[in-house]
Amino acid sequence: MKILLQNIDVPGIQNFEVYRRLGGYSAVEKALKTMVHSEVVKEVKDSGLRGRGGAGFPTGMKWFFIDHTTDKPKYMICNADEGEPGTFKDRYLMQHNPHLLVEGMILSSFAIESSTAYIYIRGELFSILHILEKAIGEAYANGFLGKNILGSGYSLDIYCHPGAGAYICGEETALIESLEGNRGNPRMKPPFPAVAGLYGCPTVVNNVETICNIPWIVNNSGAEFAKLGTDKSPGTKLISACGHIRYPGVYEIELGMPVNEFLYSNEYCGGIRDNHQLKAVIAGGSSVPVLPADLILRTPKGEPRLLSYESLSEGGFDSGTMLGSGGFIVMDETTCMVRQLLSYARFYYDESCGQCSPCREGTGWMEKILHRLENGRGRMKDIDLLASVAKNIEGNTICPLGDAAAWPVRSFIHHFRDEFEWHVNEPLACLNMHQVTV
Amino acid sequence: MNFQFSSESIELISKIIKRYPEGRQKSALIPVLHIAQAENHGWLTTEIMNQVAEMLQIQPIEVYEVATFYSMFSLKPVGKCIIEICMTGPCCLSGAEELLAYLESKLGIKAGETTPDGMITLKKVECLAACGGAPVIKNGFNYYENMNFKKADLLLEKCTHESFTSHSNPYHQSL
Repeated sequence: MKILLQNIDVPGIQNFEVYRRLGGYSAVEKALKTMVHSEVVKEVKDSGLRGRGGAGFPTGMKWFFIDHTTDKPKYMICNADEGEPGTFKDRYLMQHNPHLLVEGMILSSFAIESSTAYIYIRGELFSILHILEKAIGEAYANGFLGKNILGSGYSLDIYCHPGAGAYICGEETALIESLEGNRGNPRMKPPFPAVAGLYGCPTVVNNVETICNIPWIVNNSGAEFAKLGTDKSPGTKLISACGHIRYPGVYEIELGMPVNEFLYSNEYCGGIRDNHQLKAVIAGGSSVPVLPADLILRTPKGEPRLLSYESLSEGGFDSGTMLGSGGFIVMDETTCMVRQLLSYARFYYDESCGQCSPCREGTGWMEKILHRLENGRGRMKDIDLLASVAKNIEGNTICPLGDAAAWPVRSFIHHFRDEFEWHVNEPLACLNMHQVTV
Repeated sequence: MNFQFSSESIELISKIIKRYPEGRQKSALIPVLHIAQAENHGWLTTEIMNQVAEMLQIQPIEVYEVATFYSMFSLKPVGKCIIEICMTGPCCLSGAEELLAYLESKLGIKAGETTPDGMITLKKVECLAACGGAPVIKNGFNYYENMNFKKADLLLEKCTHESFTSHSNPYHQSL
């Protein structure tokens, strides 16, 4: 069952005519001609759709929280600031099927009664921004955007807005700050964006993939969507698979597919690259805990691990992980876990906005300690020091970047402590191993 | 040195400002800085930032704050081409470190430096969200995926061409 990638390979699907011929914009017609905004919200609530950016918050609920008591304008924002390491699904969707996002944006904006919407796209992706602007232009030309759409009395403008290289702007309040022309420093919550977001007005921020599900839900009903996947994880999910697998790429799976099938079937990852064995997987983008081979394939209870919110989290933080953004990073036995962790530590140190001391200082400490370990200058007590710095960041910051920086450290040490100890005990061997040769 | 936006860019900027509500023209700051940087060979001077502040009716400090925060803005001169190599986990799994070492030795510079002839700046960047095509290099607004030494050579060759630059106006269609 495919919702998001169904027509992705159709030649010319980027063009309005082709998209329209395949039933595109029929959900906009249906909603604007036969539904009121609260009915769209209800369908999405009934669908059980959860935010696909990583947090998994129920989308219908987010929309329901929009403050309708105020006279202020409401804003719909699409979060296209994809940048969670391992995640490259939104770019794929926007590049190949931009009208799906535009149609989803019209429906989402209609649902929350917004007449101005922005697509905040990371600055590196100007080529995608052009694809989106072309699709938006075609939608205007065909009467699906602008004033009085399809004679319904509903008007909407959509604009694209580029970022300029800051992972933190994927966090919704940082994104809003950035859209206002500021540094991407996350805001304290409450107030939540649904009450005071962009320019202090009620705002919804949804991920690209989340919004691309809306046309299907409006066409087929929330109840039909809820039948897909599992009870707690309805629908399908894009998984972007990378690392040491035979076929890296973006795949749409029905939630609840066994990890084993996804990893080894030739329809998906196609197994580990030649003659190598699975060592570990980061299942939902670099911010979620890593799991060693046995625990990614089976839950602690010995049941097959499934690609769903609830199955991946089974075992808690000791032996489970999270679905996150669906960035599926696979590592084989040649991977040095200390070096791999160092690359993530560097990432979070680089991307911390610097607002909260535990994150600003802690990410730097973690990077420094890991660098020391990695280069054969580590001490045994560094391993516990690293874990304790991570613990002191966790839960002590305004936004989840602190947690996202801490969790990989905690889980890499938890599952692969012997490798960290080896780096301390065998400094020369580890230096040799890490010699980069051209 | 006197910087002046091209008339074409001034027109574009006034269009961009209209995308935001009245009085919220500061929202156009990032788009305007992208354009300004492209028009000044890839970097922002204090003079340019002051001009942008005036244009958007905000304080210069508000522009400095933003220009120093986002990694795509440079406050010092850069080469004609910037080769940005992704160094985050998934790219490292697929040989980004070897690729970086190769480029460093080939160009005779370290990451963060520019070749003496001013042609190429080598820059390490974090996740470009193209991990399926790791290792990834960004040049201008183009991504080069599944990179290897041979493909890197071809890219370097391209960079030597006079007309090939990383600093074209990103709002122009032909990137």
